Amino acid sequence: MTEINSKIPQGPLAEKWSNYKAHQKLVNPANKRRLDVIVVGTGLAGASAAASLAEMGFNVLNFCIQDSPRRAHSIAAQGGINAAKNYQNDGDSVYRLFYDTIKGGDYRAREANVYRLAEVSNSIIDQCVAQGVPFAREYGGLLDNRSFGGAQVSRTFYARGQTGQQLLLGAYSALSRQIGLGKVKMYTRHEMLDVVKIDGRARGIIARNLITGKVERFAAHAVVVATGGYVNTFFLSTNAMASNGSAAWQCYKKGAYFANPCMVQIHPTCVPVHGDYQSKLTLMSESLRNDGRIWVPKKLEDAKALQAGTKKGKDIPEADRDYYLERRYPAFGNLVPRDVASRAAKERCDAGFGVNNTGLAVFLDFSDAINRLGKEVVKAKYGNLFDMYEEITNDDPYETPMMIYPALHYSMGGLWVDYELMTSIPGLFAIGEANFSDHGANRLGASALMQGLADGYFVLPYTIQNYLSDQIQVPRFSTDLPEFAEAEKAINARIAKLMGIQGKESVDSIHKKLGHIMWEHIGMARDAKGLEEAIQMLKDLKKEFWTNVHIPGKGDDLNVELEKALRLADFIEIGTLMAHDALDRAESCGGHFRTEHQTEEGEALRHDDKFMYVSCWEYQGEDKDPVMLKEDLNYEFVVPQTRNYKK
Amino acid sequence: MWLLNSSIGKKLIMSISGIFLILFLLFHMSMNVAAVFSGAAYDAICAFLGANWYAVAATMVLAAGFIIHIIYAFILTLQNRKARGNDRYAINARPKGVEWASQNMLVLGIIVILFLVLHFTQFWYNMMFAELMGHHEVMLGDGTVASPQSGATFINYYFKGNILITVLYLIWYVALWFHLTHGFWSAIHTLGWNNTIWMSRWECISKIFATVVCAIFAIITIIFYLNGVGGC
Amino acid sequence: MDKDINISVKVWRQRGPKEKGQFETYQLKNINQGTSFLEMLDILNEQLINEGKEPIVFDHDCREGICGMCSLYVNGHAHGPATGATTCQLYMRRFHDGETITIEPWRSAGFPIIRDLMVDRYAYDKIIQAGGFVSVNTGGVPDANSIAIPRDDAEMAMDAAACIGCGACAAACKNGSAMLFVSAKVSQLALLPQGKIEASRRAKAMVAKMDELGFGNCTNTRACEMECPKNISVSNIARMNREFIWAKLKD
Repeated sequence: MTEINSKIPQGPLAEKWSNYKAHQKLVNPANKRRLDVIVVGTGLAGASAAASLAEMGFNVLNFCIQDSPRRAHSIAAQGGINAAKNYQNDGDSVYRLFYDTIKGGDYRAREANVYRLAEVSNSIIDQCVAQGVPFAREYGGLLDNRSFGGAQVSRTFYARGQTGQQLLLGAYSALSRQIGLGKVKMYTRHEMLDVVKIDGRARGIIARNLITGKVERFAAHAVVVATGGYVNTFFLSTNAMASNGSAAWQCYKKGAYFANPCMVQIHPTCVPVHGDYQSKLTLMSESLRNDGRIWVPKKLEDAKALQAGTKKGKDIPEADRDYYLERRYPAFGNLVPRDVASRAAKERCDAGFGVNNTGLAVFLDFSDAINRLGKEVVKAKYGNLFDMYEEITNDDPYETPMMIYPALHYSMGGLWVDYELMTSIPGLFAIGEANFSDHGANRLGASALMQGLADGYFVLPYTIQNYLSDQIQVPRFSTDLPEFAEAEKAINARIAKLMGIQGKESVDSIHKKLGHIMWEHIGMARDAKGLEEAIQMLKDLKKEFWTNVHIPGKGDDLNVELEKALRLADFIEIGTLMAHDALDRAESCGGHFRTEHQTEEGEALRHDDKFMYVSCWEYQGEDKDPVMLKEDLNYEFVVPQTRNYKK
Repeated sequence: MWLLNSSIGKKLIMSISGIFLILFLLFHMSMNVAAVFSGAAYDAICAFLGANWYAVAATMVLAAGFIIHIIYAFILTLQNRKARGNDRYAINARPKGVEWASQNMLVLGIIVILFLVLHFTQFWYNMMFAELMGHHEVMLGDGTVASPQSGATFINYYFKGNILITVLYLIWYVALWFHLTHGFWSAIHTLGWNNTIWMSRWECISKIFATVVCAIFAIITIIFYLNGVGGC
Repeated sequence: MDKDINISVKVWRQRGPKEKGQFETYQLKNINQGTSFLEMLDILNEQLINEGKEPIVFDHDCREGICGMCSLYVNGHAHGPATGATTCQLYMRRFHDGETITIEPWRSAGFPIIRDLMVDRYAYDKIIQAGGFVSVNTGGVPDANSIAIPRDDAEMAMDAAACIGCGACAAACKNGSAMLFVSAKVSQLALLPQGKIEASRRAKAMVAKMDELGFGNCTNTRACEMECPKNISVSNIARMNREFIWAKLKD
């Protein structure tokens, strides 16, 4: 069995990263010019990495599927970004941020990685401010902070409800500067469809030009995948329409391990589903939980009346309201981590206390906050979110409580990477949400932005040099090499096959079926029987897709349906791998909840003796079951405990 | 040269020439006010502004201001049409909050120029131009002979009891009003002398200014129609 | 309550940048008013695919009004009749039973049509590449709190920074001018001490690039501001004029 080597440096936790940097190999400036790096994706991780690498002197080829690098889905992050600055003097520290993140991740993340993340978090804030990111400030002119789920300190920096946008635009501006200087060559509306390996190392990619439909080849000394997560497998999620897991999946099929695929995050505060035609779910920022109180009725008959529409939320008297998060988790109340909040909402709705017509929603109530702070203050804090909510639902949140329900949001799982962020394919790196990352089994709010930028600005630009330092003698590759030709041929054959099916079902209608299977069987609560069923159902769905999908138009032309079909083919396989992983992990931890493994109170029950590992899945070939390798997690510095947000 | 090459430079030229024309308008208005009270005073001003070197020089500058403003209006409009692309919108609603005048400045400007031509044939041609040509007498349509320096005679001749000319002039003022309501604050805005607080103030000032200027011109015109020069 | 409505949709169809386009009208039945505008287009596309026709191509991505990918000129308005919202944030409640909805692409020389309703907006990226940044490299920057910034300045910078680069300003402008977009970035960075250092250089470079790319000249009609889904103010344009004129006078 292959040994998994995560290359964690020796030494005390707090010194690992400094030691690494002190001893790693570097590339001198003259040689950097001779080295090309492909970065796929322009989100927080991709844009920051591309910009930083170019600033250092590497030649960067940067790809994105949108019409502009500024549109990557990082832009939609609302709440904020964590950093251990302790500007609020409330006892924060690098160690505390590290600890909260490890604990929030339910002890399924690597200690060394998470500590490094907490360590560089402060530099991120400095960097962004220097770029002109307009973070919120106090009247004294210094930076403001707010608190966020899963933490007892205020360490979240924010720019209104648009933190992701502002951070991304910061990274985008740095990237734009390098494009203008000619150090980054930008390819927009290009979708990566394969990674090309030469002598076992990643040496390029195959990408489809989405405008012309042509399949094109690109070579480089190293490839960095920053293509985000795969939760659009569920069809309905908070991800953007084009967010997909295909780039990562193709890396997996070329031999990169896929780690913890079952670990996806379900965000508790989203606008509930309203109809079959729905295309995506809208997130309402987690920051709303700072002032909003979550409740359902205490009495079943009230819930029934709400579902029937005969009563409104404000008709139910205070005494008959069940603020279930405050009841169950007195210490953290409405600010428990996302997985806990989501599951609690599901538990209440499953018990029949849902408050909308589908019975799948809970209230998020601001009447207390409005009474306490006044409408103007609430408006200043959340006005844009309230307006957005009203436009979608036609309900005024100042008058009636908001309705929310959990929705798919983020994937903690992803391509396995070592401490250097390199996958199991030499020369192939994965950063941001695309890697299995530092969040373990559950990500805390405001940590995704932190991780994406940490990887892109401060980690990868160092660690990639350790790899590239012995590549300086390697001349540039020609894209005429047989490996490229072969990869391109395979892609063209795949496209031809899809176009040749000419079945009856549209891509979206099959994707909706996939979403349904995923939500029912591999969603917020999973069990062995359901997962086994799901694997079979997904096998059937895959067959249905490959025999009955209908794609209009031509393969070598702008063809949105074909783009979607290529992604969906991979989503079906990703879903299958998620089911395998969820089945293997017979415990509950973080976002992964197996109903067979819960405490009497319905909390997640981990089995540290058996599952203290990262599951690394290795591709074995078409229609063969994947093989799982284990990377054992050795907690040297923190003692894993049962997560407790009650006291 | 950035004034000629850059879009903001070109706009700056429009802005400054526009402000210059506004100042001239104020000057012209005060002259007219004088004519309302006394024909003799008005004629004195006319004599002062006759074929003297300083008056001619000022006229040249003024003409240059007009010409620059007009030429740039056409250059900018042509460029802007090109920037709009080949296909036009089938439906294009004017968004709430966009003044009609702001989108029709060229048309309004052209109307203003057309009337200006009329105004010139009536006054400037018979006055400064005639003097420059060396004439000391000008014969009007009804056979009256007047000195080119006697503006009052011309006013009486053209306006007193002449409803057609009066109405034409009033229409001119309406076009001018529209042109000014946008032109005034827009010029200030182009100079960069604006912010969120002053935005609505300037727009308001712009409207008041245009209204006052055009109203005074209109009242004077009506007085001329009713009572002629020195009518008050 | 939301009702089901029947509508006609008149859509601009155009194969490529050089080809001639024309309107096609489609009928849609029983569209719930709680459907978003883009979901209505999804339904229409599903219908077209089932009829063996090619679906309408339009840009969209986040569908929550932040990525700036969606465009569309709906019934004569950039991003449709709602104010302060993108097309993806538009709901069918705004339309009534029996209505004909006209959908056109952005029409501006700076944004050539790619297909149907999809246009090429890379010109905006080029303007940013010319100077829409603070010239700092990663690392080696001072502590984030080392420079205090007055809250009002930070808030004003944030107002300008809210721009999503969707192109509605140039699309709605009768002059095809990109001034609102450019001025938003120039303003944001000019308002902050970090960006002030190269404010003059930035204003000159960005305006020069904007002119070079063939965008029109601003005539202060304010249509951009009125149609902007993020309510970016034209006072930013005044600020940019100031920065630009001042920079040129200094030279």
